[in-house]
Amino acid sequence: MTAITDRQKLQYIAAQAADARVNVELETEGMTLNIGPQHPATHGTLRIVARLDGEQVIAAEPICGYMHRGYEKLTEVRTYAQVTTLVNRIDWLGSFANEVPFILAAEQLMGVEAPPRAQWIRTLLFEMSRISNLILFLGDMAVQLGAVTPAFFAFRDREYVLDQIERVTGGRFHPNFDRIGGLKDDLPKGWLADTKATMDKVRSFCDEIETLLMGAEIFQARTRGIGVIPHDVAQQYGLSGANARASGIDWDLRRDQPSGMVYSELDWKVITHPDGDSFARFWVRLQEVREAAKIVEQCCDGVPGGPIMAKVPRIIKVPAGEAWVSTENPLGEMGYYVVSKGDLTPFRVKIRSASFNNVAIAPWILRGVYVPDIITILASLYFILGDIDR
Amino acid sequence: MSDTTATDTPPAPTDELREQLIAKLGDALGDSLIDSHLLPGTDVWVRVATDAWAEVAEVARHKLGAKYFGFLSVIDWLPSPFGRSMDSEVDRVLAGESGTPEAGEIVQGVTGGDSRFQVLARVAHVGEPGNYWGINLKADIPDDSLEVSTWVKTYAGADWHEREAWEMFGIGFVGHPGLRHLYLPGDFEGHPMRKDFPLLARQVKPWPGIVDVEPMPGSGDDDAPAEEGAES
Repeated sequence: MTAITDRQKLQYIAAQAADARVNVELETEGMTLNIGPQHPATHGTLRIVARLDGEQVIAAEPICGYMHRGYEKLTEVRTYAQVTTLVNRIDWLGSFANEVPFILAAEQLMGVEAPPRAQWIRTLLFEMSRISNLILFLGDMAVQLGAVTPAFFAFRDREYVLDQIERVTGGRFHPNFDRIGGLKDDLPKGWLADTKATMDKVRSFCDEIETLLMGAEIFQARTRGIGVIPHDVAQQYGLSGANARASGIDWDLRRDQPSGMVYSELDWKVITHPDGDSFARFWVRLQEVREAAKIVEQCCDGVPGGPIMAKVPRIIKVPAGEAWVSTENPLGEMGYYVVSKGDLTPFRVKIRSASFNNVAIAPWILRGVYVPDIITILASLYFILGDIDR
Repeated sequence: MSDTTATDTPPAPTDELREQLIAKLGDALGDSLIDSHLLPGTDVWVRVATDAWAEVAEVARHKLGAKYFGFLSVIDWLPSPFGRSMDSEVDRVLAGESGTPEAGEIVQGVTGGDSRFQVLARVAHVGEPGNYWGINLKADIPDDSLEVSTWVKTYAGADWHEREAWEMFGIGFVGHPGLRHLYLPGDFEGHPMRKDFPLLARQVKPWPGIVDVEPMPGSGDDDAPAEEGAES
């Protein structure tokens, strides 16, 4: 056996490294990779055009608009009551949450306030749509990383929540239940008890996902330190919701601007995480489902009696003025800037949807990452196509 | 007419936080701050001169601490020349109208204005529990040159919002790194969010849902939409 000195070892390593560098310089060439619009990893019709150098992304651009439906234009020819049908379809996994800020904006212009019972039920349904939305994220994130099982758990347990929403509103996905001045209907008998039982299932789902995924080495390796967004960049791009909170921004509209709903009377907390990586975004959403379950249970206990509708005229004309109302939706800050000229229809509605801003950061964050991480990062940013394209 | 909501609200609460915001903006911008509107405890609007549009972003971000970018968009104040015919043919007949209605007079919303298009943006201060506020900023876009300066240098997130405003309203953003189509196909002609861009579906066929707002027989509690239609 020939003894190899340390010096020889180092020389060998240096030579290998030099060879590798030469090879790298010789062998890589630019390549443009199209991901989408129809691709299993893009959940929706978002297309990513990535210019690659080897495995690394030089520049990536999301291309949206394959599903643009022109809701801002359509709202101008719909009465206020008809607009809720449209905005249901913006973030279709948490539909009820889309209606609320629009209705609140109209109520602000009219000077109407929903009676307490309606506000409590609004909060209840708002959080249930958050749960049904985020449960799917928790399962879907795993699918994007290659683990199929959690998705089945997610679809199974989301169904319990959707069933409860359906029992009240008649629609699994598109409730169209919120009205200016209150709600369409009261709760069915026995619903509150069943909902509390459903929350137990939600909680056990969270535990299941936690034990199944969070400790898994592969999951950690794929998400920890991947797609780090510093908090100042997040603010510049207007990231909101769990994406902002995972970057350490302590901001939740449910706590900071609770008008129209009853969050200030409930016991819950805002979840933040300092890391700003994909893992943090997943972790924050998982905790938020637990918090939402807590809120739903408190709402079930606390719903007061009384009417569910304030007195509003049957034909609604909203007084002239401008109002901005946003709420903390499952995906982030969702707001409507409503301009009224005292007519039956809004004059202009600007829809500020969360995913639009959350995805606008993609060119910044995808620069320099490796191809498989594109999928991780987009999955952890969590967007709904209808929420980007409106 | 459009400012009536301000007087409708109860006069009681004062809003020191938002008054200070206006004062600070006024100090930094001087004459460029044209008008402001405050809804105590709710919201604040500020209109600045067109030339100061980039400056107001800098001031809001660095001096006021509104680091969070909400949205940026444009309002077209021209009343739709298609009038209420966009609601449905039925509606126009009820209103006793015939022919194509003319576009009415332009009336701007809160904080007033002199031009057909106004750029509108919202920024906010977030991340400090108990100290959350936002501010709505507006500026006129001169009718003879539909351009304002870009916000991308201050708020990187304005990129997509300005691209959307550019294709939907035809407003240029001076200094924007690449005004390309965002939603629409590259060869699309026209600016669909302008009020004089017809919504073709509504020209061809009335909206069936309009039936919802027709007066019910025998109910005299509200104005019929027919009387309403004659107004604009």
